[in-house]
Amino acid sequence: MSLDYERYLANTANHLQPSGIRKFFDLAASMKGVISLGVGEPDFTTPWNIRETAIAALEEGFTSYTANAGLIELRQEISTYLEKSFHVQYQAENQIIVTVGASQALDLAFRAILNPGDEVLIIEPAFVSYAALVSIAGGNPIAIPTYASNGFKVTAKQIENAITAKTKAILLCSPNNPTGTYLNKQDLLEIAAIIEKHDLLVLSDEIYSELTYDEKYTSIVTIPGMYERTILINGFSKGFAMTGWRLGFLAAPPELTSVMVKIYQYTTMCAPNMLQHGAIEALRNSYDQVETMRQSYRRRRNYIVHALNSIGLDCHIPGGAFYVFPSIIRTGLTSEEFAEQLLKQQKVAVVPGSAFGESGEGYIRCSYATSMQQLQEAISRMKVFLEPLLVREV
Amino acid sequence: MKLTNEELEILAILEENHRVPVETIAIQIQLSEEKVQQIIKKLEDEKIIISYPALIDWTKIDGKENIEAMIDVKVTPKRGVGFDEVAERIYRFPEVTSLYLMSGTYDLSVTVEGKTMKEIAMFVSEKLSTIENVISTTTHFMLKKYKHDGVIIEGKQDKDRRMVVSP
Ligand SMILES: Cc1ncc(COP(=O)(O)O)c(C=O)c1O
Repeated sequence: MSLDYERYLANTANHLQPSGIRKFFDLAASMKGVISLGVGEPDFTTPWNIRETAIAALEEGFTSYTANAGLIELRQEISTYLEKSFHVQYQAENQIIVTVGASQALDLAFRAILNPGDEVLIIEPAFVSYAALVSIAGGNPIAIPTYASNGFKVTAKQIENAITAKTKAILLCSPNNPTGTYLNKQDLLEIAAIIEKHDLLVLSDEIYSELTYDEKYTSIVTIPGMYERTILINGFSKGFAMTGWRLGFLAAPPELTSVMVKIYQYTTMCAPNMLQHGAIEALRNSYDQVETMRQSYRRRRNYIVHALNSIGLDCHIPGGAFYVFPSIIRTGLTSEEFAEQLLKQQKVAVVPGSAFGESGEGYIRCSYATSMQQLQEAISRMKVFLEPLLVREV
Repeated sequence: MKLTNEELEILAILEENHRVPVETIAIQIQLSEEKVQQIIKKLEDEKIIISYPALIDWTKIDGKENIEAMIDVKVTPKRGVGFDEVAERIYRFPEVTSLYLMSGTYDLSVTVEGKTMKEIAMFVSEKLSTIENVISTTTHFMLKKYKHDGVIIEGKQDKDRRMVVSP
């Protein structure tokens, strides 16, 4: 007898949109000789000192649970790191939770703050998980589109227009995935004024904070009036090249962390013990390596922006992360068509901008976390692909 | 000597691959080609960039496999010139591929290359140990090279294990 599975599934879960990235993964994974500009993670392997420390921790038998919020030594290192690097103060004892990636920190934050029907403002194009996580937590994601003409920055006016009686929080991600847009202090000051006026909470996804290229990172937490209303989310994945470790953290006022840690203790207990030891080493002894990686990304950013513009794809120079978001409007193709044809004809994988929200249509996301040789090869293949498309236009 | 960030970046690029065209370097660090050219010339003139050798694994080539030995040498330093004069007498031999003055139980560390063990043994007994002021030598033959000048030659390299597309 076959079951009517629809009947068993929860509506919210069942009706979640499959990620637009998934489709491309399946297609690209089935082909050989693909150069991928579709990878949302560093091309560096985790620095050896960090790996070696985790191996030693495993050998020494650190195989038990840890405190829910994570090893106190690690939380102390995180506290020091946040203070030294971003000039923000959080107590290790009651304001920091070590999570299974920034992903889980986001999930905890939404679950802790959302009642059914609460609205969360999401600046699009945005990381694929935000809207889904808000829905899973029972809230309503409200997209605010941004445009290339404004460097994909949201304006205070746009935020104000999107606010309703149900708006509870705004999610900010700077530097942004997929546009690479970095919000500087001036941008944040303008946004903060509206946030305070309307008494919103802020979820600040700072996972790319180590990867800014033109100025040092400013966290929204440093803007007066924001500390009390911000859940700061960060992690080891991007800056320290530790995506597969699944380690992140959040920092917030104790009244919020105490609720999030309750959810965490029932859903997850804690992040893996031996890996937390690796993270301690990352924060203690890896700044030179982080800096070397940052400089290497910066050089590749400069190269790819120049190269894309020179083959006819208009592209602004993003302030951070490792993505560029060029316009493909001139080709007359939708971003899905573009990505699919480019993959099939020239075996270069990019992600269609539409995967990151409606306002991503007309753009593609190219990750430059790939060797210079591969980037150069990808550009020459894209040039061949574009020639007939761009000639037709004139 | 204090270098600017741009100079340091150019060194980082060239150290990884000295065949990167000036044009690409210029784009990567947002300088004009002339400026990059100028900086490279300066770095070469100052002997900060000393040469652009290729790192070749000769053991892969039939008939070209060399034998290498590292020799610890104790010497009596000479009044007025210290170790420099003895060092010069040693580094002028073409068989000597590197020479360092060391702290610790011996003074000079000499790397020698030869076709056979016998050839190296001859060099040590006839050339090196007969030099005035050389007191003793200890020869270590190199059995296997795992890493040289920051490059892993034999062993595990980090591979790109990422999925082709990810969020
Ligand atoms: C903007 C953004 N936030 C969060 C994450 C998830 O990071 P983590 O690996 O720490 O879960 C990513 C990963 O792609 C991201 O791009």
